[in-house]
Amino acid sequence: MNGAAITGASVCRLRPGWRLQWEEAQQRHVLLYPEGMVQLNDSAGAILTQLDGHRDVNEVIAALQAQYSEAPAAAIAEDVHDFLVDAARQGWIHHD
Amino acid sequence: MTDHTDTVTANGQTGAPLWLLAELTYRCPLQCSYCSNPLDFAAVGEELTTAEWIDALTQARALGAVQLGFSGGEPLVRRDLETLVAEAHRLGFYSNLITSGLGLDESRIEALREAGLDHIQISLQASDPDVAAAVAGSRKAHAKKLAMARAVKAAGYPMVLNVVLHRHNIDRLDAIIALCDELGADAVELANCQLYGWAYLNRAGLLPSRAQLEAAEATTRRWREHLAARGRDMRLLFVVPDYYADRPKACMGGWGSIFMTLAPDGAVLPCHSARMLPMRFPNVRERPLREAWYASEAFNRYRGEAWMSEPCRSCDERHRDVGGCRCQAYLLTGDPTATDPVCDLSPDHHLIEAARREAARDTRSAAELTPRNAHESRVFCRA
Repeated sequence: MNGAAITGASVCRLRPGWRLQWEEAQQRHVLLYPEGMVQLNDSAGAILTQLDGHRDVNEVIAALQAQYSEAPAAAIAEDVHDFLVDAARQGWIHHD
Repeated sequence: MTDHTDTVTANGQTGAPLWLLAELTYRCPLQCSYCSNPLDFAAVGEELTTAEWIDALTQARALGAVQLGFSGGEPLVRRDLETLVAEAHRLGFYSNLITSGLGLDESRIEALREAGLDHIQISLQASDPDVAAAVAGSRKAHAKKLAMARAVKAAGYPMVLNVVLHRHNIDRLDAIIALCDELGADAVELANCQLYGWAYLNRAGLLPSRAQLEAAEATTRRWREHLAARGRDMRLLFVVPDYYADRPKACMGGWGSIFMTLAPDGAVLPCHSARMLPMRFPNVRERPLREAWYASEAFNRYRGEAWMSEPCRSCDERHRDVGGCRCQAYLLTGDPTATDPVCDLSPDHHLIEAARREAARDTRSAAELTPRNAHESRVFCRA
């Protein structure tokens, strides 16, 4: 299921057992997994927050474009796609 | 590749203890000769109560701790484990149970899951019951561990298995990895034994030879290729024994840097083996955790680089390896401020070479090593 390319219709979700959380003490989102933690930058945190297990990539992009309306829409779409491909490659997320 | 992580730079300021290791008890049904618990564990005072643990967890979370390991001894010995897990979950910790699997059954796995436990890591001693029995001192444990590993997986947890490697099981690594594969593990930690506590006492009988180590690394590489070719997602993490490294590990990412251990009696430590160092550590029964972490003499003693001696003091690599491990420096040289003798720039590196030669001459079987139990521990309590 992770061999296939991520498209606009893909639904991405965090790997089972992994958890995304805002850490007040660190002022950032972190990705928690068995005995480990990824300290995320702002954009990675913003994208992963959108993954609810239901919305597909196009819907996630639309939500982020609405949230960051000052940034060019095409650039957001490209950033989100690139990030998700990389996150899947690193095993942070699974997708249909 | 793009980096999606925050860059955390050292600015000379003490950060939060992001990792908390809660050693709930030193009691354990097994007697592994490679245990890293202190030799005199039998003399350690009364365990923190449920209420004291909850208070300590609450304080640690307020300090910024987020990764939590429940360990020991065997943490399942504590009947209040489910209560503590539930509290940890409520506080927002990501909680890991680090267990032998003994004391676990399906109903307890279910109860822990309901309490919000995030992860269970089970340790295996070997691929077959005979070696496992010789190492851990229990004939029944191996079958029980396998059954519990399967039950953990069936409950929907990611299965992370931990195998401590030493000279008595490292030659069977191929069979060990095959067993983990068959069990359906998601990740396997092949952790060469760290030589502290009981493992240091048994060092000559545990340390593998360089040839054994190289064969094990080759086996691991072969399995990685084999797993990748099958499209099987089982991560193999191989932890090298530092007695065969030429530079020391950056132990705990630096003393009092991100890691805090709470011992069963409430001692607040920078790592689980530090309590044997000749110094006084704060206790959560006497001081708030915030004060212990930021203001205690013990936690500040080896922070930064001012404490370092030569050759570390003038070495360009000191920012990367933080001088290695204080416990190892003390165990081998008697001086906790010495350069970790693992480093081949250390004037004491010959001690590591001597330990390897001593191990090569040791002919004891696994069953002949000193078992980690309360009876043996009392010998060290008197000493």
